[in-house]
Amino acid sequence: MLELRGVSYRYAGYAAEVLHDIDLRLDDGEIVGLVGPNEAGKSTLCLVASGLAPASIGGSLSGSLTLDGVPGAGLATYQLAERVVVGFQNPNTQRSGIAATVFEEIALGPMNLGLPVAETVDRTREAISRLKLDHLVLRDPQRLSGGQAQLVGIASLLAMRPRHIILDEPTAQLDPAGTRLVGEALRVLAGAGTSLLIAEHKTDLLDGLCTRIIAIDGGRIVLDGPTADVFDDSRLTAIGVEPPARARLGRLLAQHRIDAAVLAGAVADSAR
Amino acid sequence: MIGGYLGPLAIIGLGILPAAFIAGVAGRLVRISLLLTLPIAISVVLVSVFTRAGTHVLFSIGPFDATAEGVDFAGQTLVRLFAISTSIGLFGLTTEPRSFVLDLERRGLSPRFAFVALATLEAVPAMVERAAVIASAQRARGLDTEGSVRARLRGVLPLVGPVILSSLTEVEERSLALEVRAFGRPGRRQLLWRIPDSRAQLVVRAALLLALVGAIVSRVTGTFPSLP
Repeated sequence: MLELRGVSYRYAGYAAEVLHDIDLRLDDGEIVGLVGPNEAGKSTLCLVASGLAPASIGGSLSGSLTLDGVPGAGLATYQLAERVVVGFQNPNTQRSGIAATVFEEIALGPMNLGLPVAETVDRTREAISRLKLDHLVLRDPQRLSGGQAQLVGIASLLAMRPRHIILDEPTAQLDPAGTRLVGEALRVLAGAGTSLLIAEHKTDLLDGLCTRIIAIDGGRIVLDGPTADVFDDSRLTAIGVEPPARARLGRLLAQHRIDAAVLAGAVADSAR
Repeated sequence: MIGGYLGPLAIIGLGILPAAFIAGVAGRLVRISLLLTLPIAISVVLVSVFTRAGTHVLFSIGPFDATAEGVDFAGQTLVRLFAISTSIGLFGLTTEPRSFVLDLERRGLSPRFAFVALATLEAVPAMVERAAVIASAQRARGLDTEGSVRARLRGVLPLVGPVILSSLTEVEERSLALEVRAFGRPGRRQLLWRIPDSRAQLVVRAALLLALVGAIVSRVTGTFPSLP
């Protein structure tokens, strides 16, 4: 379980806090979506939940991060990496820049951990297999499409065998085909027992994937609940987050007092 | 270290060129080495031939006398330079940089130093690609990057800032992505593969090392034979 309690965070050199009094709990195997307008604090929350802020980037944090019962504050970044990892939106910055093949790129984390060769290869093969990247293993990581590169980035995180994976807008820089690839990969992860926190603007991607949605605005959690409840909540639109198509359609039907079941029947009839 | 003509020519003819033939890079090696040597060779010839003091004056240009001693010195320097450039060229043409750095890491080089060396090798093509993208974006906004040399130079300046700044902004995210993959862990990392190292290679390396030590010792002690 990953837990933030009463967390506030301020970047080094800034006077104002970016996160205020955040309480967040990510249970084992839970898939949680994180939504919010630009500048809401999603990326900062991802960094704080992964322990990189302040361990790597500095800044001032109050409150606590606990990872599977262990206080995050006492762990070095490489120790954090064995429990929680974070992926970023730009596929190019996920690449180490030193691997000749996709296989070596994915193996880099276990290699850095100093694991025996057999275990490194085993972890790498498992990550490749889970994300169905077998056809890419010998490719140059620099010569991949955006979607493929992001998948390789996620596989690189998987190879660390963390209990928790945090993804900060993994499809932000991807075209529809790349977004579909990453969406399918996230569904695979969701079924494998790793807990996921996914910050994303594309609510359609989160709908049907996440069991819970957290909405953040101005550095504070404003909504936290089951996916359908949060996406149907009118306060979501008020803070500038567009609900998924399913929720928007449901709202339109309700406005025009159209029964969804009747509509579905009518559509089926016309199709016949 | 090895003076005269015979020493450097022996190294080129008996060591470097046969190795280049075996590796199938002889033609490219000679071309590259000549190109590498040419700028320095021109200055060496000019400086040595016309400024070296000597008794046998071949011809004069204004106040400068070309001497036979100067020509001899320039010739010796050129064969030495060619020996150096062919040996460096042979290394560059036959050694894959990534394999070289990773093998050095296996032999004790710091993983951080290895990363810096490899990342630098990768950074150059990545920066060229980024520059091409930014140049296209700037051209779409009316920047003229074609035409005369002056126009091209004027067009390059607005590209420098975005290329450097965009590279720098990625640095933090890239370093965080590495941290997430335990790059900061102290100690050695596990390397997945080992470059084949045959007994013959081992013998040649040992022989070269012995020859180097021998040459240094004999030079320092003054027992190195004077070669023609």
